Amino acid sequence: MNDKKSYAPAPETVLEKALTPKRSRLEEFWALFRKNRLAIAGLVIFILFFATALAGLILTSGQDPVFDPARIRLQEKLRPPLSRPNLDTLRPEEAPRLGMYLFGTDDLGRDVFARMLQGAWVSLTVGFVAVGIAVLIGIFMGGIAGYFGQVLLKLHHILAGGLLMAGIALSVADRITMGILCLVLAAVFLLYPLRARQFSGNPAGPAASGFLELNAFSVDTLIMRMVDIMICFPSFFLILTVVALLPASIYNIMIVIGLTSWMGATRFVRAEFLSLREQDFVAAARALGVGNLRIIFRHMMPNAIAPVLVSATIGIASAILTEAGLSFLGFGVPPPHATWGNILSDGKRFIFDAPWLTFIPGTAVLVVVLSFNLFGEGLRDALNPKLRERR
Amino acid sequence: MKPNGHPLISVQNLKVHFQGDFETARAVDGVSFEVRPREMVCLVGESGCGKTVTALSILGLIPVPPGRIAGGKILFKGEELLGLGESDMQKIRGNHIAMVFQEPLTSLNPVFTIEDQIGEAIRIHKHLDGEGLRERCIQLLQDVGIPSAAGRLNDYPHQLSGGQRQRVMIAMALACDPDLIIADEPTTALDVTVQAQILQLFRSLQQKRDLSVLYITHDLGVVSNIAQRVYVMYAGVIVEEGKTGHIFSRAQHPYTRGLLASLPTRSKRGKRLYSIPGSVPDPAHKPPGCPFHPRCPHAIETCRSRFPELYDYGDGHLARCPVLFEGGQEAGENQPQY
Repeated sequence: MNDKKSYAPAPETVLEKALTPKRSRLEEFWALFRKNRLAIAGLVIFILFFATALAGLILTSGQDPVFDPARIRLQEKLRPPLSRPNLDTLRPEEAPRLGMYLFGTDDLGRDVFARMLQGAWVSLTVGFVAVGIAVLIGIFMGGIAGYFGQVLLKLHHILAGGLLMAGIALSVADRITMGILCLVLAAVFLLYPLRARQFSGNPAGPAASGFLELNAFSVDTLIMRMVDIMICFPSFFLILTVVALLPASIYNIMIVIGLTSWMGATRFVRAEFLSLREQDFVAAARALGVGNLRIIFRHMMPNAIAPVLVSATIGIASAILTEAGLSFLGFGVPPPHATWGNILSDGKRFIFDAPWLTFIPGTAVLVVVLSFNLFGEGLRDALNPKLRERR
Repeated sequence: MKPNGHPLISVQNLKVHFQGDFETARAVDGVSFEVRPREMVCLVGESGCGKTVTALSILGLIPVPPGRIAGGKILFKGEELLGLGESDMQKIRGNHIAMVFQEPLTSLNPVFTIEDQIGEAIRIHKHLDGEGLRERCIQLLQDVGIPSAAGRLNDYPHQLSGGQRQRVMIAMALACDPDLIIADEPTTALDVTVQAQILQLFRSLQQKRDLSVLYITHDLGVVSNIAQRVYVMYAGVIVEEGKTGHIFSRAQHPYTRGLLASLPTRSKRGKRLYSIPGSVPDPAHKPPGCPFHPRCPHAIETCRSRFPELYDYGDGHLARCPVLFEGGQEAGENQPQY
């Protein structure tokens, strides 16, 4: 124990070196992921869906699309899937490109296959953009609540925040003078602590302003009660109301779905952060001189992201469902544009005469939603080193 | 042992209190010590005596509510650390003062590779990136004795053994060539053979790199192995300090003597080991006077009322006990059998 020999590698490590297989991160991830057959199935369907949606965007848009989802052929209405067109009654440019109606036609004689292709892109973008917005908000809010949760807000912070929001709301609602007044007051309150300290020379600020320094509640309380309030709203009706007020457009729907579904991600991230912030490696990172934001986003977030990823993939599924539901009710993407929801909605009147009009979009939604869920579960199992078997 | 006299870090009368709902726990209650350049100093004490809190307050890592630095000074190279703002402290942490934690299993981030973790401090403080960073990481891993370092860079912590993880932690601490490393019981979670290797590593690194090490432990065996000077801590107070040889051969404070007497040695084979009667006082309800007096076999009346001074035994050997210093050592009739 007391020999002054220089540090030789420990004998255990020589053995270990031979025993530990060397694989890259990607190989390791893939080896774990491929064991999960359901997840692979989910991934395959996910890729197919992605390819279909991209192909759909290219093939159904433009001046002279390959598949024209908007072409009306009244003489060919409600033809079943795989039926051949009656070429005698059609002009040559009206004939379907595949030589048959792969998914049949609807009550206006439009090719359902072309409409499904067009709708796939809508579903894909709505799913990803809406969940992207929700996850970004969720990660930010949850990270702040989990990491800075114990920080107490003072009365002047809350006044400044309230005035800021009121100012923005009034400005948006065309009460410009009132709005600007509120914004200026908010700025005054934001700068207040700095200014007060400068002028009074007293580090605690002027004595008269003591009540503004009162502790109101913690950051955690603020954010989590906001989450509770948002969850209290039946979100589908909230979306309906907002969509009814705003001009109907696919972007509004994405944003509204995103803004009403961030609460789950916030709760997940906060819960993970509450346990992570007590971990030794966070203390070790702080002892290395890592700043707060870097600790939150670089050191803690990768550890907290697994449940968020799963909830995000499931969230994509439910965003697709929500969009389909909105379109079904006629609040979604405006009519000439096809989405899976409004194909379903149009088809419901003919459910006994033309069941394919409901079955095809319904099955498509089911398969895509299911594949996202399976893929999400598989991702979680493979990405999380805590779930990996130790070698 | 007086290399240019100036202490690298000097903690003076540090007091750290934790505010509970009804009472205040005085976890560190007036601790003073110093670490000189190129010195290996041990801080010894039982669990809960304030060793870790002392270490964390040097780095400014005490959670501020409920914790509070109630007084004292921490001078690092003559500069006061306690008044520094958060961003100034971040420049010192990892860069000038680094820390090695107790649990190598949980102190490494499970989702980062070894290279990421070691490189983090270099990236932050030295703004190095890419190939240069990689070379530096390999060099550091070699310095801490990890074989085939280049191949280890892309490993995750769960692929390493406990001893290797602690070596990685030490490499992280060394990354920016700090002046002082605070090692908070770095070998407690390891088994004895690995512990010996890690101690050996600390010793050789300290000699090669002109490091100062503040080594916190409760293990007197470790202390005798590596320390040049020792501070014995009890209930938030330093009760005895001195060179390692002095502490082990002629300890003056009854607490230190009790600790030494409770060590198993060859001569005590088969006999019952000594144990200090009673238990550590609750930091919120410390006895008045000397904190050790309820458990002390030598306690006299003044111990109950007066907080003892440090008494000088010469050559840097100080002990906070008036009884033995005033000649009670041989004269006391109630001398216990250690």
